[in-house]
Amino acid sequence: MSRPFVEIDRVAMRYGGVEGTLALEECSLNVDQGEFVAVVGPSGCGKSTLMRLVSGLWPATEGNVVVAGTEVDRPLSLVGMAFQNPTLLPWRSILDNVMLPFEVVPEHRKRLGRERAKYEQKALDLLKLVGLEGFGGKQPYQLSGGMQQRTSLCRALIHEPPLLMLDEPFSALDVFTREDLWDVLQQVWMARKPTVVLVTHDLREATYLADRVLVMSARPGRIIAEKRVDFPRPRTMETTYLPEFTALVAELRAHIAAARKGEEVT
Amino acid sequence: MSSKSNARIEALAAAARRRRRLQAWLPWLVIAGTFLVWEIGVEVFNISTFILPAPTDVWFAAVRWWKPLLDDSIHTLLSTLAGFGLAVVAGLLLGIAIGSSTLVYKGLYPLLIAFNSIPKVAVVPVLIIWFGIGVWPAIITAFLISFFPIVVNVATGIATVEPELRDVLRALGAKPTDIIRKVGLPRAMPYFFASLKIAITVAFVGSIIAESVAPNAGIGRLMMVASSRFDVPLVFAGLIVTGMMGIMLYWIAEFIERRTTGWATRGQDAQNFTPGG
Repeated sequence: MSRPFVEIDRVAMRYGGVEGTLALEECSLNVDQGEFVAVVGPSGCGKSTLMRLVSGLWPATEGNVVVAGTEVDRPLSLVGMAFQNPTLLPWRSILDNVMLPFEVVPEHRKRLGRERAKYEQKALDLLKLVGLEGFGGKQPYQLSGGMQQRTSLCRALIHEPPLLMLDEPFSALDVFTREDLWDVLQQVWMARKPTVVLVTHDLREATYLADRVLVMSARPGRIIAEKRVDFPRPRTMETTYLPEFTALVAELRAHIAAARKGEEVT
Repeated sequence: MSSKSNARIEALAAAARRRRRLQAWLPWLVIAGTFLVWEIGVEVFNISTFILPAPTDVWFAAVRWWKPLLDDSIHTLLSTLAGFGLAVVAGLLLGIAIGSSTLVYKGLYPLLIAFNSIPKVAVVPVLIIWFGIGVWPAIITAFLISFFPIVVNVATGIATVEPELRDVLRALGAKPTDIIRKVGLPRAMPYFFASLKIAITVAFVGSIIAESVAPNAGIGRLMMVASSRFDVPLVFAGLIVTGMMGIMLYWIAEFIERRTTGWATRGQDAQNFTPGG
């Protein structure tokens, strides 16, 4: 069997010196190439920390992080990220916001000048895929929160990153918009098959989207449970009404409840 | 669409137009009103020209001395602009340095604050010793006084880039200079223009202080000479001309601001933005 794309081996992360807060401890997990993994856990368990370690934004205080066979010791280029807030640049049009990674990623920025039209077409195609056709010329403030979040997803995806890190990207949205965006994300993932790590506290979201759901303990966080999700794709709202789906969500919920109390379900 | 709702839309648009017209005229009305109240007040309370000259007296003084008034205004304007220009360049550079590095910030800030606390009028004699009486003390005082707000504002704009946005860019392999160029600087522009509006007005304070302490040329000298001859209307003419130059430069700064950073003031001019148009 080939090596996992992301390997995290007994990683620890402590903030603020030797006596500081321990956010992660003995945290190990693997993610295969092209796999969609969701990480859930009680709030403050270090999910976002985990994400930053994998992207190499912060160095781990203990343990190893290996991505694509290489030890991560600096920020990886080529990771797509999206957060709870869209963090768009308000002075740029929607199209120019989506184009931002092309201006930064070394391999694209050299070619951008000559092949601008081609790159713009890519961005427009992606905007169309997420349902924002015709909005490229608008400014961010002219769009609703859900549309801004779609734009943010496009910005994370445009350069076709092999690794996509999503930190609660839908949690600031209303339920209907959120479920729309689940489908958008699923569609994009099925089309391009990037490796995805989705951090969320929404168990239905995790179950709906992921191939595998990992449950983290309370701080200091580590992986205490793992659930495969085998529903066929594309999953639809019908999937969420299946008894198996509900049972899986209930099981995850029990794990989280136990983790919050500091015990483990066996 | 029914004619009734059309009529309502028309009425709303007309109200918005009236409001815009009022907004455009209001400053002029307020200025005219101030002069009117001033004139009437002087007349009614019979205040002597020596204490407070009426606007008409100031006007006659300005007409009579128009030539020196014009020459001195241009002199002051040019030295103010020179000092202000230096402040913009230096303020931007130092602001970027301070905003993007905690080390530079921690190291330089106390010194900057100490420096800004020094009354500039106390520095002018030193400048005269260094550069002699001439145009340089005015330029440098204008620079010193208008430099600080620019540094602070640019640094704030750059230092307050959202950490998530920084992460997005760093995860794409962006270098620190990329982050400053793509995000920090554009983000700092509204702060920068806000500071320009402060800086340009205080720059006049700087150059006129220097001109009064070392009377060589400029509005500052004109007012010193006029007051030593007890020509109070001419002193006031100098003050008013200075105010006018301040407003003029403020407008220019605001015009450039609106052209370049309209995104930061969206909504305030929402009437100009008709959706679907």
